[in-house]
Amino acid sequence: MSTPLAPQHGELPHAEPTELSAPFWNRCAEGALTFQRCAACQSINFPPVEVCRDCLGTDLGWEAGSGRGTLYSWTIVHRPVTPAFTSPYAPAIVDLDEGYQMVTNLIGIAPEEIAAGIPVEVDFHEVSPGLHLPYFRPRSS
Amino acid sequence: MSPRRAVIAGVFNTPQARRLEGWTTRKLAATAALGALNDAGLTLADVDGVITEGDSAGLVYDLRLGPAWRGWGFGLEAVTEAANAIEGGQADVVLITAGAAGVYLDRDATAPWTRPENEFVAPWGLFTAAEFALVARRHMTMYGTTPEQLATVAATIRNNGHQNPEAVYSGRGPFKPEDVLASRMVADPFHLLDCSMTSEGGCAMVLVSADRMADIDSRPVHVLGGCTDYFGPAYQFPPSWDLAGRRGGPVNGEIGKRAADRAFRHAGLERSDVDVLELYDPFSFEIIRQLEAFGFCGPGEGGPFVEDGHIAIDGSHPVTTDGGTMSFSHAGGTPQMLQRVIRGVQQLRGEAGPLQVPGAEVALCSGAGAGALFNSVILLGTEAS
Repeated sequence: MSTPLAPQHGELPHAEPTELSAPFWNRCAEGALTFQRCAACQSINFPPVEVCRDCLGTDLGWEAGSGRGTLYSWTIVHRPVTPAFTSPYAPAIVDLDEGYQMVTNLIGIAPEEIAAGIPVEVDFHEVSPGLHLPYFRPRSS
Repeated sequence: MSPRRAVIAGVFNTPQARRLEGWTTRKLAATAALGALNDAGLTLADVDGVITEGDSAGLVYDLRLGPAWRGWGFGLEAVTEAANAIEGGQADVVLITAGAAGVYLDRDATAPWTRPENEFVAPWGLFTAAEFALVARRHMTMYGTTPEQLATVAATIRNNGHQNPEAVYSGRGPFKPEDVLASRMVADPFHLLDCSMTSEGGCAMVLVSADRMADIDSRPVHVLGGCTDYFGPAYQFPPSWDLAGRRGGPVNGEIGKRAADRAFRHAGLERSDVDVLELYDPFSFEIIRQLEAFGFCGPGEGGPFVEDGHIAIDGSHPVTTDGGTMSFSHAGGTPQMLQRVIRGVQQLRGEAGPLQVPGAEVALCSGAGAGALFNSVILLGTEAS
């Protein structure tokens, strides 16, 4: 069996947070995975947006979620996008229990053990000073 | 008054290569423009409409074409936009030209156009191959589609390029599916040979009003229908198969279904009327997905469909007959997609050489796919239908 996938280390390409996205990244640094909920229609919006994607309401508040979900789809990258990344790594889409999807990387599992639908949970890692990324790993329980 | 119709009067590909030393994007676009006009038997003085990616107005000035109409369209959308401009009476002769050289020089990274800068995507190391792999994996999970079926697509298209003297990888085959599976892994399930190449080159196309057909030298090809589906901007959101809009379906995994239905309805054609499919082939799986989305086989049937030989050059549904972006060329944004339409024109004119589909009268061309959240379709015909 191959080595479990690990988080990246070092400077990665990333955009500076905007006024809209800063609350998400600030809470990542505190270990909370957050999303916006519309006060008018209760829909979840992620990635963050100024106007609710469902009802176009403008009163959007931040909530912390469970950080738990299941694996929707994944790939194992062997040819890294830039030399900043160490391969292999596993871009993935996770179905969060709250009912939305996000892009992440899977860690803590060997590539050949990954399967659609496995339960996963968020696992934050500071890959470079100040950049806290919400990785996902298989759920322990 | 009978409605104005648009025809493609001229097409041209410049030399294509992994790297074209001494060329620039603008020199390629200019060379291609003159080539397509020459093919049509027209001159720059006939042109009163221009589309080139990101700089149509600049080209109007630099080619001294003003006053002229200019378009905005990218890829296949440029062709439908030009046809609509002609049919709406806004221009008579529209030149679409595109090229790319000197854009991709840092070979330690993937090509710049494949790498998103979005803050919710970039730190996860995504690039085009990974985005499309996330879609392919979902299809494999839902329907049991296999790496061997993906490899069959790649081998088929690469064998077309092997036989095409104009292809960057001309003579580099033949390929068997096992060769594809034996190539190194890029982004599982895509091996190196499941992926498009990167290259440089230019191409151009001239569309004219059908009432100008007497003025052109080439055999005109009719634009019978065309449409594009979008789910959002490419490479900023999860490329989810099940991404749905507020009308429910079709979902992103079926993107192109609505566009194809509309193009066929507008053209008054059935799927069975199509003789050749010049499908955009960024990754092998995308052909399987498009065959399903466009209605040539049922949901989940794309894998067995390609395995049964339908898509071979002598099969019932020959695809991507120039070798596509895997073997012919993949020169940046618009050329890689416009070249699918150029190949459709070559097939309908009977100019596809050793890869000619005998008696081809209707071609379906496509651009991009579910990994990029948009998909375009164009139907071409030898007759006005």
